Amino acid sequence: MELLLVFLIGILYAAGIYFVLRRSMVRLLLGILILGNATNLLIFLLGNLTTGKPPIIDAGLKTFADAYADPIPQALILTAIVISFGLTSFAIVLLKRVYALIGSDDLDDLNTPEEEDL
Amino acid sequence: MIDNNIIAPVLIHLFTALLQLVFWRKTVTHRVLSVVGSLLGSVVSVNLFIKVFYGEILIMNAANWPAPFGIVFVADTFSTTLVLLTSIVALAVSLFSAIGVGRARMLYGYFPIFHFLIMGMNGAFLTGDIFNLYVWFEVVIISSFVLLTLGGRKAQLEGAVKYMALNILASTFFLTGIGILYGITGTLNMADLSGKIPLVENQAIVNITALFFLIGFGIKSAVFPLYFWLPSSYHTPPSAVAAIFGGLLTKLGLYAMFRVFTLIFEPDDFMKAVFVVIAVLTILTGAFGAVIKSNIRRLFSYLIVCHIGFVIGGLGLYTKVAITGAIFYLIHDIVVKTNLFLISGLIRQLRGTMDMDRLGGIYDEYPKLSLLIAIVLFSLVGIPPLSGFWPKIYLIDGALEGNNYLFVGAIILGSFVTLYVIAKLWAKVFWKAASEDLLIEDSFKSLNLYNKVLLVAPIGLLAACSLYIGLNAEMIITVSSRIAGELIDPSMYIKAVLGK
Repeated sequence: MELLLVFLIGILYAAGIYFVLRRSMVRLLLGILILGNATNLLIFLLGNLTTGKPPIIDAGLKTFADAYADPIPQALILTAIVISFGLTSFAIVLLKRVYALIGSDDLDDLNTPEEEDL
Repeated sequence: MIDNNIIAPVLIHLFTALLQLVFWRKTVTHRVLSVVGSLLGSVVSVNLFIKVFYGEILIMNAANWPAPFGIVFVADTFSTTLVLLTSIVALAVSLFSAIGVGRARMLYGYFPIFHFLIMGMNGAFLTGDIFNLYVWFEVVIISSFVLLTLGGRKAQLEGAVKYMALNILASTFFLTGIGILYGITGTLNMADLSGKIPLVENQAIVNITALFFLIGFGIKSAVFPLYFWLPSSYHTPPSAVAAIFGGLLTKLGLYAMFRVFTLIFEPDDFMKAVFVVIAVLTILTGAFGAVIKSNIRRLFSYLIVCHIGFVIGGLGLYTKVAITGAIFYLIHDIVVKTNLFLISGLIRQLRGTMDMDRLGGIYDEYPKLSLLIAIVLFSLVGIPPLSGFWPKIYLIDGALEGNNYLFVGAIILGSFVTLYVIAKLWAKVFWKAASEDLLIEDSFKSLNLYNKVLLVAPIGLLAACSLYIGLNAEMIITVSSRIAGELIDPSMYIKAVLGK
């Protein structure tokens, strides 16, 4: 299971970096999303995968008698997912507005000479 | 010592923002609440600083979970100094925003977002938990996205795309680093990490993790070669927003860098050399970028990049003298950079443009105002006895101690180029004869006295702070050297957090 996850994370990072390096804005967004997911899976993997051992102390004991599934990485991932949800929705709206204003999906077209403002 | 009041600077800005959301679209109420909130924040921060500086490191355990298990907030001298500076800067900017930001932006929630941003900054400075630091970083960047795009002009949105992409990427790097760190040590508490990192058997993986943090914080603090997003986005939002960004946001990255690379990863010789090389290149590229720009705010953006090199170099030398210099420079830089962007906003009010070639004659028309601005510009350049001068002595002293002549050369060159561009700016904007351009319009003259005071008072306030930093340098040196001592020997910090 670990090996499978390692390969999956590797492929996701590679794909994310490939997308980020493209000039298209939509691909940039997809790249950032994929990189974020790869990171979440990495945290999940590094928290040591343990199946069928919930972190609940048996009745009558004071401490864990056995290895248990660490809940902290999952709490971290949950937080990261919520944050990236907010950031992504903002990014999608921003890129849509920019596309509507410029009429191009190419990042190299983002060089309007500056306007004056307060 | 446990003191739950250290969270007050965060809570005050949170409640100010929430209260403003209740009074949605009432711009006058927003302005008053913003100034009152920032004022309260300043009072609390001064109080906190005095308590920590003359007392000891204070901590707060969230929900009363003891230190390595729960999230802990720590107020040491470094944190409280930066919280204090943030509060002063926030006060100045909230005064300036009352006139300097258009009504349309205020209607769409400029002030609440501004206070959420300041809340995030204070939280990031005070937290003692590395994942919590990540969360505060996200609070800060999401607020900064909104501030950057509020208004929705084309140039602003284009700048925001670059800013957003690089900052989300930086957060991803930071989060990856945290994930690996948790995997190899099983803790997220920074004081606890400090003790557990040297015990890790495979030190190679520790060094790789350090690189993730270096890249993540490097993008956020705009060091070479990761700074390109800064000059292409900081000239687009209103000057009040650019002031907060220029004065504080990049310094948050520097703060995190200092914290992580002293407490968690103690840099080895290779890492120190990397820091110094990065610093030298940052100073050079920032300085040369500033030389060719004719728009005032683009010029200031490059100066931010240039001067970040001074601070990173101080960290790279890693001696008490050098870090003292770097911290002093950080303190000076936050105040003076914020003020520079406020001044650019004022110049825009006076002339309707920020292009140096079209400006001129401000000294003839407003001699007193020009003298006030001159104090700030001289502080930036570092003319003795003003504030930019003293930290450079410490930095050069630290570099000479370590025989690091490359960095000495870079500091001298960086300072010289700063002097050159500021002299050029002074001559072109203030002394040159006023341009005949018909598009030049003075919207400052038509303002009533009350509004004029609101625009000039924050600049005066920050200029007074700069003067204080320069003329009472002994006090600032005491603070900086104490911070440097605490950073190099974190045993006090660890003892305060873990109680052993």
